[in-house]
Amino acid sequence: MQITSFLQDKQLTIALQGEIDHHGAKATLRMVEEKIDQYMPSQCILDFRGVSFMDSSGIAVVIHTLRRMNELGGKLRLTKVPPQPEKVLRASGIDRIVQMEGREAYHEV
Amino acid sequence: MKCENQMTLEFPSKSINESFARAAVACFAAQLDPTLDELGDIKTAVSEAVTNSIVHGYPDTIGTITLRCRILAGNVLDIVIKDKGRGIENVEEARQPMFTTGGADRSGMGFTIMESFMTELKVSSQLGRGTTVHMKRKILKRGGKS
Repeated sequence: MQITSFLQDKQLTIALQGEIDHHGAKATLRMVEEKIDQYMPSQCILDFRGVSFMDSSGIAVVIHTLRRMNELGGKLRLTKVPPQPEKVLRASGIDRIVQMEGREAYHEV
Repeated sequence: MKCENQMTLEFPSKSINESFARAAVACFAAQLDPTLDELGDIKTAVSEAVTNSIVHGYPDTIGTITLRCRILAGNVLDIVIKDKGRGIENVEEARQPMFTTGGADRSGMGFTIMESFMTELKVSSQLGRGTTVHMKRKILKRGGKS
């Protein structure tokens, strides 16, 4: 898992790249948290475009990021989520507590 | 049920093998001509089961995980993932959504995902003896295929 990020007007976009599973989840979580703590954004966008596979470990990553953004009084949004991660996220019901743009937005890219 | 093909893998419970296990099953399943969606479901379920064995079966040790895949009549992929680890005290409770004995980095959604992504899921476990997860997924025959 690799991440790249950019900040604009207090909005932090973090692009995730690779597979999210238990093996890499802790490192991913730490990298995302570091970026948030560094920039203290009012909105965080997790860009899933480059996520080729995700299992339930990714759900924990999203929940943690959400918790951190809530602590900061900010918002979290997931964008460009490919079909496989989207299915896992929806199975967990997390799409009910986090704004998520899936398949359609993904195909526009 | 007639077994048309099969493979068995054995590997140590190192987390680096999670991606190896799901990729190996995906390669084996390819002969059933699954869609990308079906393949995604299977890889996710295998990843969950193998992660469970690593995190919960062998929390403090490295043990052996056995993965057996069979192709059964009727385009069915049959997967057994077995460890000889700690075992689960209460399988019913473990299968509940959001239930986890793992740390903050676990979501407790593993069994829920296996259940909803596969056609059939059986979990048997004995404390101190290990856990066996048996799942099946029927692969739909696609149009234009003989």
